[in-house]
Amino acid sequence: MSIARFWRETPRRYNLGGSKCTMCGTAYFPPRSVCPMCAHHRESIERMVPFQLSGDGEVFSYTIVHEAAEGFEMQVPYVLALVRTVEGPTLTGQVVDLEPEDIRIGLKVRATFRKLREEGKAGVIHYGYKFTPAEDLPARPHGGRAAAAPASASKESDRAPA
Amino acid sequence: MRDVAVLGVGMTKFGELWDRSFREIGIEAGLQAMVEAKLSSGDLGGLFLGNMASGSLIDQEQIAPLILDYAGLGARHLPAVRVEGGGASGSLALHQGYLAVASGLYDFVVVGGAEKLTDVPDVTGNQITSSAADHEWEVVFGATLPALWALIARRHMHQYGTTREQLARVAVHAHEMGSKNPNAHYRNKITIEQVLGAGEVAEPLGMFDCAPLSDGAAAVVLGPLETARKYTDQPIRIAASQVACDTMAVQHRRDVTTLDSTVVAARRAFEQAHRAPADVRVAEIHDAYTISALVSLEDLGFSEKGHAGPDFEAGRFGAKGDVAVNMSGGLKAQGAPFGAVGVAQVVELVRQLRGQAKDRQVADARLALAQDVGGTGATSVVTLLERAD
Repeated sequence: MSIARFWRETPRRYNLGGSKCTMCGTAYFPPRSVCPMCAHHRESIERMVPFQLSGDGEVFSYTIVHEAAEGFEMQVPYVLALVRTVEGPTLTGQVVDLEPEDIRIGLKVRATFRKLREEGKAGVIHYGYKFTPAEDLPARPHGGRAAAAPASASKESDRAPA
Repeated sequence: MRDVAVLGVGMTKFGELWDRSFREIGIEAGLQAMVEAKLSSGDLGGLFLGNMASGSLIDQEQIAPLILDYAGLGARHLPAVRVEGGGASGSLALHQGYLAVASGLYDFVVVGGAEKLTDVPDVTGNQITSSAADHEWEVVFGATLPALWALIARRHMHQYGTTREQLARVAVHAHEMGSKNPNAHYRNKITIEQVLGAGEVAEPLGMFDCAPLSDGAAAVVLGPLETARKYTDQPIRIAASQVACDTMAVQHRRDVTTLDSTVVAARRAFEQAHRAPADVRVAEIHDAYTISALVSLEDLGFSEKGHAGPDFEAGRFGAKGDVAVNMSGGLKAQGAPFGAVGVAQVVELVRQLRGQAKDRQVADARLALAQDVGGTGATSVVTLLERAD
């Protein structure tokens, strides 16, 4: 993927910048230039305004991925979820900093800025949103599937460099 | 608009056809259909070819003129058009061919579907499969096509109580039927325990919940129904051909557990044909994933929403059930060469309606339904076929 192809999505992928229809008030992520919900569909053109998501939401559905998407091979198994944000839009993203067995529908989560993937050792590093639990999880002193160490310790870190 | 009939059908074996090239399988299927229709090349108005990803898979675009050329028709300068709609490419090509004949613009067309998936490694094939999802807002964040269907499955289980065993039963059925189909990629029967014990892909879906990466091609010849008997003793009428689309990404769906594109395409198709789901005796549906089969059965109108799992367990969709589903083995066992799938569904149903399906023949089949889905349901195509006698 070229640098420009990822770079131009920075405002959305780094900062959760969406859009809102000033006709009907519906929020969208990623931003749209026309409102699909609006009864006055055509009239919404040029009446969509920037809208900032808070990053708060809850898990609407989830899966634990074992056969990774390209660039995610070092992260398996990883949790992928549909997250319904408090503002309305649903996002697709990883849920991290929890054991896979702690994921459940309804879990409160919050968006966080992480490394998504990298294109080999010399390629572009892609950053963007993932989600972390925003509520207390059951203590798991001996872990579950990930044995004693938390999942993130046994795998490559996705934290952005300090 | 005039009535359109299927005059001839052909298909290659589906599977890992390592000794055969894209153009070889495309031509084999097309020529079979032409010979069966007793049609000469001079009668043809054009070719519509369904294909999803030849550029990524075999580094070749412009495949419609390529197939036309190697079918010996290059010097006739016929129009040849490739049609793409993810996994629904084949039936989208069928829809274009149907429109061309129904409008009167062309009299006879060949509709082909072909895909060569095993010229790339499995890992690459899986990545290309995921290109039917929204790359920028799903795949970049770690989604694969099976992972997206798994999100649909988990929500369906949560809302309706669908069980892991009910999903597994769809795969067991597919392999049972595939064992009776000489063209199928997989001809081995499997058990529920094998499905449940297979390696995980994206929970709750395992390896046996997912269709394989197959090579294959299929083709049909279409022409006006009014003159069809000059070309075949058993013309099959296309009673409806309808396309409907939906949001590209699962996250934007009105209801994650419903394929609205299938709901709408099916409703339009039944309206066009003046028929209802209860009139359908045999169907080929989108079982690329076990969950995709269950939601499709609901959204086509064969099950109440949320009831496809129990209905499947109760045998409603077996060979002797209310609707005999995926007698070919479906995408799961017959195979899933993207662009060929939708055309192969029609090949199977034409053979069922003619009474030529041998070991997997469904009794008294007069009306048949094909449903083809692109990606996670951004595109659905529903076709109704009926005996014209």
